[in-house]
Amino acid sequence: MSQVSAVPVAGAPSVPTIPFGQLAPWALFFGLLGTLVLFFVSTDQGAVSLLAGTAIHEWVHDGRHLLGYPCH
Amino acid sequence: MTARAFLIRGLIAGLVAGIATFFVAYSVGEPHVETAIVLEESGTAAEEGPADASHNHGDEAAGGHNHTHSHTHGDEGEGEDTEVSRDSQRTWGLLTGSLAVGLALGGIVALVAAGTIGRMGRLQPGQSTALITLLGFVAFALVPFLKYPANPPAVGSGDTIGDRTALYFGFVIVSVLTAVAATYVALRLRNRLGTYGGVVAGAAGYLAVVVVAGQLFATVNEVGDFPADTLWFFRRASLFTLATMWGVIGVVLTGLVGRLYAAQTERAQRRALAASL
Repeated sequence: MSQVSAVPVAGAPSVPTIPFGQLAPWALFFGLLGTLVLFFVSTDQGAVSLLAGTAIHEWVHDGRHLLGYPCH
Repeated sequence: MTARAFLIRGLIAGLVAGIATFFVAYSVGEPHVETAIVLEESGTAAEEGPADASHNHGDEAAGGHNHTHSHTHGDEGEGEDTEVSRDSQRTWGLLTGSLAVGLALGGIVALVAAGTIGRMGRLQPGQSTALITLLGFVAFALVPFLKYPANPPAVGSGDTIGDRTALYFGFVIVSVLTAVAATYVALRLRNRLGTYGGVVAGAAGYLAVVVVAGQLFATVNEVGDFPADTLWFFRRASLFTLATMWGVIGVVLTGLVGRLYAAQTERAQRRALAASL
């Protein structure tokens, strides 16, 4: 489980692990959300547009350049 | 140690990193962005690469193909649909981008770190978290930067944004997937070759793949006669910006995870002691 093992293992305490099954929903949900956020800052209204217009591109323009993403 | 505990700490680290990144980008990077925009508007830096000379955007007001460009810089008179002023772009806009990327990367790094604690040899949770952040910086930021370095405004044609974006993210995906595979291989080989052999084999494998991929992926060079000093200053500032982002995420997240683990260990020990009485 996610608890630290209380069984003392000769000197070195064993490092706990988080089961992948418990991690999966978090990874899936935040992985998608994080990717979407990165997409809007790095790419949207450049090569690909999910939302029409240029407002997002303009608003994050300097960040897009300085964080190294391709921008116009 | 739960996924939730890691995600919260990742978001905190990302928030701090985003703020730090904004200040570094603003103070180190913005002067060169301004220089580039001045050059762009004066048209002196507008020449594209040789094949593309007719499509430069700085001195060409007509033609729809440069639309990704003319709207970009607020104070510029030519963009009819200009919505955001340069003042906003360089302050609140930059802050928004830094915070958003910081939060997203912080959360993702924390969840990857959560999946690797206790699974990376004998590394303690704080140590494996620091290693994961370092690998993330190399695979997601540094190596892609070496192949496709950041470009200031005025470098890069609006016509090629599709190709450049596909190449950039294609290379990022190759680099990240290779790093994941190399880490896994290194951990497996560690059982047979020991830590030294496993790490050397994994690192060599990663390097081999990204070097070959770097040769296979097309080179993008649209610098034209953009001044070399401004280009170098901008790219160096961009690298500082990325290093700040990842460095602060790594430092803050490692500290928070280390504290979390220490508190948890202490609680478990107390419980074990109480049970033994």
